[in-house]
This record gives sequence, structure tokens and C-alpha cells, in this order.
Amino acid sequence: MILVELRKLFRRPRTWATVAVLNALPVLVAVLLVLTDLAPRPGEGPPFLSAVLSNGALYPLAALAIVLPLFLPIAVAVVAGDAVAGEAQAGTLRYLLARPAGRTRLLVAKLVAVLAFVLLAVVVVAAVGYVVGISLFDAQPVAGTTSVSGTSLSSGEIAGRTAMAIGYVGVSMLGVAAFALFFSTLTDSPLGATMGALAVLVASSLLFTLDAASPIAPYLPTRYWLAFVDLFRDPILWRDLTRGLALQGVYVGVLLAAAWANFTTKDITS
Amino acid sequence: MSAVIATRALVKRFGRLRAVDGIDLDVRAGDVYGFLGANGSGKTTTVRMLLGLVLPTSGEVELLGERMPRAGRRVLPRVGALIESPAHYGHLSGAENLKLLDAAGPGGSWRTRGRRVAEVLEQVGLGGVGRRPVTAYSLGMRQRLGLAGALLRRPDLLVLDEPTNGLDPQGIAEIRELLLELHRGGTTVFLSSHLLAEVEQLCSRVGVLDRGRLVLQDDLATLTAPTGATVVRTPEPDRVRALLDARVIAVDGDRLVVRGPDPAAVNALLVGAGIPVTALALDRPSLEEVVLAAAATSADRVEAVR
Repeated sequence: MILVELRKLFRRPRTWATVAVLNALPVLVAVLLVLTDLAPRPGEGPPFLSAVLSNGALYPLAALAIVLPLFLPIAVAVVAGDAVAGEAQAGTLRYLLARPAGRTRLLVAKLVAVLAFVLLAVVVVAAVGYVVGISLFDAQPVAGTTSVSGTSLSSGEIAGRTAMAIGYVGVSMLGVAAFALFFSTLTDSPLGATMGALAVLVASSLLFTLDAASPIAPYLPTRYWLAFVDLFRDPILWRDLTRGLALQGVYVGVLLAAAWANFTTKDITS
Repeated sequence: MSAVIATRALVKRFGRLRAVDGIDLDVRAGDVYGFLGANGSGKTTTVRMLLGLVLPTSGEVELLGERMPRAGRRVLPRVGALIESPAHYGHLSGAENLKLLDAAGPGGSWRTRGRRVAEVLEQVGLGGVGRRPVTAYSLGMRQRLGLAGALLRRPDLLVLDEPTNGLDPQGIAEIRELLLELHRGGTTVFLSSHLLAEVEQLCSRVGVLDRGRLVLQDDLATLTAPTGATVVRTPEPDRVRALLDARVIAVDGDRLVVRGPDPAAVNALLVGAGIPVTALALDRPSLEEVVLAAAATSADRVEAVR
């Protein structure tokens, strides 16, 4: 069943179009930076972007930071929102369940496929970022890279921490996927499910900037998204990272449980 | 005879509406069962409850001797279904669609998958369709592909909801022939339809649903059994009336219904009196008359509540 879902996902032209679009923005930004040589000053613009002109090896992180606020969540919400509602809208859901695929098994397979897409999206963005970074910008200086805290990091450390950052962004996106998948079991409209998940994220980002909302700020799903920057401090600042992981864990657990409870007891009338 | 589909006091309520209101279906092995009902009478909801898609409010469903939806994983691989319209992944070919569907559940070995898909495509008349994506199929081709999906695992029971929808007359005849052939091979067929003619040509047993209630369930032969009267056509209906008087039940132009179960005897009587007879037949109710007598108005009508 999982293989069937993976095959459906990756044989679908839309999946690859989404990944391609996802990479367009970081590539465009890189080209503009090279042509103009106008990097944002440190502390402004997306994280890491100020540093890439001197070290192209940091561009994967800059690329992730560029797509993280909007593009990546949209892509994940589209795929996850489509998971169940898309089958319902196409009418294939009733045939899958009468086959019988099993409701729990279908949901798990959909979740794994969404997970695979999240990983693929994040890894491809990082990989394309790396290729673009080392081919357009200066190679890494011999002295080693400067961490956000000002000390030097070896290239081995950079690689390890980049991998961790990819994992962290992946987990953050899993939270988005859980929202979209839950909404996907509620409605027969994939667009509705995707928009629902995005509405949650927009609301969360908005509340985060509002002082009056500070009591609930630690529980907003987007609160710790950018904490992956902390992986590049020396030493690594774990506080926000662990909180971010725990928060996403709770969201994913609760939402998937709700999705399961709803989907397994639902009348399929699509 | 063992029951293939048995429901007991099956009820489905959507809010205040009782879509299915306590029905007791009884479909036996070897039946071609025609499930008739107007649009909105609860046919589709019932079919969905049989397959475990819609969960009953109360009552029981037994499919191939096991309780649904609990035993779905064991029972459903032996059931082929066409539920309302066919549905496929448009960007994939017909064969690829069938392979994915087969792989999505138990009871279909991957070793035989390619062969079974090719066989079943041949059987429904799509053998030469090749790698074309389903988006490029006509409505009739999609219907055939849907039927192919239902036949993929040589099911013991076929549950078909409007299977000839979108087919041209040749296609309808072809599918009817296919269903009868499968039935001869031992498959029980449960055919849900609002097309009386289709059911009359195919089915051995009939159930009629009217606003959620099963108002009729019997063998087709019993329902359309001779009424004990004879239909006579003659250019001189008045003379028949004069001769037989009280035995004439109805007159409609040159068509008379005369009491008397033996057309030959009626004929002898009329010819003996010198009345010309142009046609003679046993009086049988048509399925349409039976259904209209059993079911009230169309369920699409929504009357104002006074």
C-alpha cells in the first residue's frame, strides 16, 4: 500500500512541477546576488544570505531560509491537503476503500507518501542550493567558515549541521503536513484542505508578531521554525530547537490522531 | 441456498432524513438481483453500506456470510464493485490504473497481476487501448474500465451501480452478454438500477426500494406471472363485449382483457361466434406496472409539509 502511494505521488507530473517551482526562487535570488553583488547586510533579509557572497557552501541554508516562510509550506500543504480529499474529489477513494485498502492503512500510506515528499522537497532545495552556491559564489575560504557567533566552523562541522538543519526544517514541515492531512479527511475539496492549513500558518505568523498574543506565542506552530539558525551558533543553542521539535511532535501527534479518528468513522459519500 | 447479501433492519439516518429505513435484503447465491428504485430512494446509500463505505445507523449487513464492515478485509477481495460512476487517475493508462487498484488491497498476487489485467481488459473490450491515458477515454470506455476493475479478481459477487451508464446500445448489449456469461460461471450479480428494461432483461430476482423502504422483493417470474386473463385484439370489440359480457375486464380501443387463463379456449369461443381475432396473448403485468403499483411518487419530488 505504501509503495502504491509512493508510486502515485512520484508518477504524478504535479509533484515534480511543485519541486521545480520550489527551487526557482532561491536560484533567482542567487543569480540576482551574483549580478548585483548587493548582499543584504548581516541581520537583514533571510538568514545566511548576507554570508553567501563570501562562502557559497552556506547557500543551501540560505535557500531553505528563503523558501521556509511561504513556498515550502504551500508546497507541503498542497500535497498533504490533496492526500485524502483529492482521492475523494476524483471518486477514487470509494474504490480504494471497497478494494479494500483499509482506512487506517490508507491513511498511514498517505502519511508516508507526504513524509517522502517533505524530505524530497527539503533535500532537493538544499542540494540545488549547494550546487548553485558553489558554482556562483566564492568557494569556502581556507580559514574556515564563521559561525553566527563569530567563531570558525570546519567544513565537516558545516556539513553535519546542515544535515541537522535539513532534518529540523523537515520536522517543521511535518507539522504543516499534519494540519493539511487532518483537514483533508474533513472535506472532499483538496483546495479547502490546503487553504485551511495555510490559514492556520498565516494566523500563527500574524499572532507571533502581536505583543498581545505573547501568552500563546510559545504554542504557535510557526514559533520555532527559524530556530535552525541556532544550529550554527557556537556552541549550538539547543533551547529553541528542542522546544520546536517537542511542539511539532505534539501537533503532529494530536492532528494525526484526530485525522485517524475522523477518517475511520466517516461515511464515504464522495 | 446460502445468502450472499443479507441485511436485517438496516437503517441509515442523515440528520433527520431516514435515507434507508429498515430494509431486509435477501440475495442468494446464483441470483441476478435487480435493485430498483427511483433516484434518491436510497439505492446508492444501501450499496455503500453493503461495501462498508457508509456505516449503518442501526441494523446488520452480512456479505458472503460474514458481518460487514468488520470482516471487510476478508470479504471485500471476493467482491467486485462499480459504485455510481467509474473513477480513475486521469494521467495514467487504463492498465496502470488497474495495477495500482489491485496492489492497493489484499487478495491480488503481484505475480499474476500483469496477466489478469490484460485478460480483464480483453474481456471488457479494451484489449487494444494501449498506453493512452484515461483522460483521453470516452465515457463508455471509462465505464468499461470501471467494470474491468470490478472483474479483476474473479469475484464471487459483483455489486454494480448503473453499469451501462454512458454506453451506446451495442455496448449495453455487450455488457449484458458479459454479465450473463459471468453469471453462468457462478458469479452472483447485484445490479442497482433505475432502468426497468435493463433489470427485466437481466435479472432473476427483483427488490424495489421506495423512499428508503423495501416495498417489494420477489422472483421476477412470480411478479410477472400470468394474471389469469387473456389479451385479445380484434377489429370488432363491441361484438366481443356482447358475447362475453361480464368476462371482459377492460377495453382499450381494439384491445380487450378477458377473464380466462387459457388463450386457446378464449380464441375458440370468439372464432366460433365469427369474431375475427388479430392477436392473442396471456395477460402478464410488465415489471413497470408492478413497480409503479408498489412504489409511490418519484423521490425527487419534494412536497411542502403542511
